[in-house]
Amino acid sequence: MTLATEIMNYSVILAFVIVGLCQLMSMVRVVIGPSTGDRILALDTMVVNAIGLVVLMGLAQGTRVYFEVSLIIAMLGFVSTVAYARFVLRGDIIE
Amino acid sequence: MTFEIITLYAVSFCLVVGAIFTLVGAIGLLKFNDSMTRLHAPTKVGTMGVGSLLLASILYNGVFGGGAIHELLVMGLLFITAPISANFIAKVNMHLSACDPLPDLPEDEEWATLDTPASEPALTKEIIERS
Repeated sequence: MTLATEIMNYSVILAFVIVGLCQLMSMVRVVIGPSTGDRILALDTMVVNAIGLVVLMGLAQGTRVYFEVSLIIAMLGFVSTVAYARFVLRGDIIE
Repeated sequence: MTFEIITLYAVSFCLVVGAIFTLVGAIGLLKFNDSMTRLHAPTKVGTMGVGSLLLASILYNGVFGGGAIHELLVMGLLFITAPISANFIAKVNMHLSACDPLPDLPEDEEWATLDTPASEPALTKEIIERS
C-alpha cells in the first residue's frame, strides 16, 4: 500500500466521522429548535448530510451503485423541505 | 502511475475540504442564536461541503472507475435547489415572526409573504367581468 492510498483511506475515515458528527449536531437542532423554521432547516441539513454519507460510502467501497441513491435522496429532500414550508405558510400543501 | 498518485492526493484534499465545510455548517447551525442567522450557515453545507465530496467522487471514479460524471447531476440539483429551499425557510421565519420585526413598506402594501391571497370567488368574478 503506497502512501497516497493510505492518506486517502484515512481522509475517507475522517470525512465519515466528521459528517456523522454533523448529522448528530443537526439532530440536536431538530430536537431543541425553538421555531418551526429551525426544525425545517435542520431536517434539510440532515438530508444534505445524508447525501454526503452515501457518496462517502460509495467512495469507500469503490462501487458506483450509490449514485442513484444520492440522486433520489436529493430530489426527495428538496420536495419534502418545500412541502413542510408550504404547509407552514399556507396551511395546505397543494391548494 | 504518477498521475494516479496525484489524483489520490486531490481526492484526499477534496474530502478534507468537504468535511471541514460540513463541520462549519453544522457548528453554525448549532451555535448561532437567531433563526435568520442560523439560516446562513447550513447553506455552505449544500454548496461547498457536499460539492467537494461529490467532486472527490468524480475524480476517483474518473481515474479508477472508467470515467463517468454522473455525480454532476446530484451537484447541479443541489446547487439549484439550495437557494429555493433557503428562500422558503426564510419565508417561514418571516411568517412565524421568528426574526426581527419587518420594516414598514412605504406604500399602502403588505409584505408578499404575509399577504393573504385574494379570495377565490372574487377572483373568478373579476375574470368573468373582464371577459
